[in-house]
Amino acid sequence: MNVALFATCLGDQFYADACSDAVRLLRYAGVEVDVPQSQTCCGQPAYNAGRKPEAIRMAHQTLDTFDGADYVVLPSGSCAGMIRCFYPDLMNNDLERAQALADRTYELSHFLVEVLGVHHLGSGLMGKRIAYHHSCHALRELGVCNQPISLLKNCGAEIVTWEADEECCGFGGLFSTKLPEVSAAMADRKLDTLPDIDFVTSTDGGCLLQLSGRGNRRRLSVQFRHLASVLWEGVGL
Amino acid sequence: MSFSGPKHYRVESARALKDRPSVRTSVTSATNTFNANREEAYSQIDSDLWRDWARDVKSHALTNLDQYLEQAETQLLANGAQVHWAETADDALGLLEEIVRDQGISTAVKAKSMLSEELGINEHLENLGVHVRETDLGEYIIQLIGEPPSHIVGPAIHRSLEDCQRLFHEQFGTPLDDGPDALAATAREALREEFLAADLGISGGNFLVAETGTVALIENEGNIRLSTSLPRVHIALVGIEKIVPRLEDVSGFVQLTSRAATGQPIGNFFSLIQGPKRDGEIDGPEEVHVILVDNGRTRLLADDKAWEALRCVRCGACLNICPVYRQTGGHPYGWTYSGPIGAIIAPGMLGIEEAMPLPYASSLCGACVDECPVRIPIPELLLHWREKAVEKGLTSAIESVGIKAYTKAAERPEIFRAAGNTLRHIPLEAGGRALPILSGWVKERSAPESSKKSFMQQWKEGIE
Repeated sequence: MNVALFATCLGDQFYADACSDAVRLLRYAGVEVDVPQSQTCCGQPAYNAGRKPEAIRMAHQTLDTFDGADYVVLPSGSCAGMIRCFYPDLMNNDLERAQALADRTYELSHFLVEVLGVHHLGSGLMGKRIAYHHSCHALRELGVCNQPISLLKNCGAEIVTWEADEECCGFGGLFSTKLPEVSAAMADRKLDTLPDIDFVTSTDGGCLLQLSGRGNRRRLSVQFRHLASVLWEGVGL
Repeated sequence: MSFSGPKHYRVESARALKDRPSVRTSVTSATNTFNANREEAYSQIDSDLWRDWARDVKSHALTNLDQYLEQAETQLLANGAQVHWAETADDALGLLEEIVRDQGISTAVKAKSMLSEELGINEHLENLGVHVRETDLGEYIIQLIGEPPSHIVGPAIHRSLEDCQRLFHEQFGTPLDDGPDALAATAREALREEFLAADLGISGGNFLVAETGTVALIENEGNIRLSTSLPRVHIALVGIEKIVPRLEDVSGFVQLTSRAATGQPIGNFFSLIQGPKRDGEIDGPEEVHVILVDNGRTRLLADDKAWEALRCVRCGACLNICPVYRQTGGHPYGWTYSGPIGAIIAPGMLGIEEAMPLPYASSLCGACVDECPVRIPIPELLLHWREKAVEKGLTSAIESVGIKAYTKAAERPEIFRAAGNTLRHIPLEAGGRALPILSGWVKERSAPESSKKSFMQQWKEGIE
């Protein structure tokens, strides 16, 4: 099985170690990983800004890049959601290819559990108290909810109840810079309801940037870690 | 305070957060309760099936709106009600004025109606010398304070118990520690006098049944029942999108709307109004006027995508679940309808120019779409209006240039990566000030820590 990793633009620049951990995880799970060099951005920033023509161009770039892969895996629910939910509509002049790409594109934990049938990675998270942030697009566009939680639990982690775990962190791409005050208040709602934990994890770098950026500004001591790195730690090698 | 339009949303939302932090606390707490109740109420029924049904009935009614409206008019007239058509807010106010003058009205009681807020009824009536009293407890509170509603269902949810205790203490001399029950009893006593004295009752209408000419009203306090039956004249202001074909449809909608709005199986009171009192009847108004209001609704209906927003039953579920709305309440949105539904009907009803920047007042988290009882595809429609805004050149030039440049780079992977590798090492705190797109980021957040080596560099060097 040939799996292409789409690191995403944020992943490449801000969560590079997590992307490398995603490669390690996938290899550990027994698949061959490729990283096509023509990958750039899925086009979501343009799409969400209401700029369809630009989004379509980036979607085509992505479609051409990942055409040959059996599966495309992303350490992000948001970018995976963009491909799965919106590409077919965006590229209706190339619908068959767009739909085929959508159908074989997965967020990392979703792929591990649903496609590879991996449920137990190791026991490297024994005794860790973790809060899991459900990123909106993973949760609502992809239906990714129990997969990351069960993987973490099976590595020995305790997922601590967090009343705001399914609420938006306030990132929303350009939303965070267009309406910074409301966006920050949304992050505060998340941060102020956090239980006593070792760290927060999530599958989306955008959310982690937002929450950690706000947490650091407020000089909170909370740690934020990408799911890929936490799961790799869970393998316990 | 009155609304000044959506254009100040950014400034007003920031101001609300900074100057009135208690609003955020009150709204979060009230909407948490609404959400928990709705979740429980949805779980008691096959809510997916109900919502499919509601979507289909409303879409059918809207698709055949002209026919059903004429049928409703015929039935209303046959029931002895008088029917008026208002294309604009001014038309509606003019019709209201005519009735008030003809009937020599001097005092009016009002049942809660968002349409009446949209039209600016209270101010107009006061200018005509009519004493107007809001009779819904939340509306009563904000009328005394002098504010517009901040939520479709709970107009005063931005106010805390302490705010109300202070207000009633000043107005009525009640003790500052009066609890909610005591405050409600005080309001009830004051309002009873107004109900008995009023010669006009004004209401909205949750549904208008075409086959029977029935105005249906859902409430919890009994004030709508009193407002529509005690005074000798009743005026119902009804948006033309409120039509449903059959009386039977109302039995479904009253339950679904109640569950979505407050989590109740059905509102405490439910009124079906067909016309004035008949010969031999003791209770009821002598005259019933139904004013059917367009005021931008057909404009919204004409939009090939956003017309679906007209299915809205004004339950407020999308406001309650919206993390953006929950931070500020409704006032910063600058017009009657706030939250996700406000952001998607404003461009259609007011025009996209007037509605900016509301289509952007969302992180597109999609929480609302799972709750809407009539399945309005809210995030899709937000994106639809954003596209229109871009087409009309209503977004910032810098953003346009930035996204175009970004797209060009994204089509050239080596340039894209080289740019990323360079920009990543510019301290964002410094760069942020120069780049408008980033100044918003560093205003409220610390710059993110970028990776020492990009993933692509790590990949090339080999990942162990």
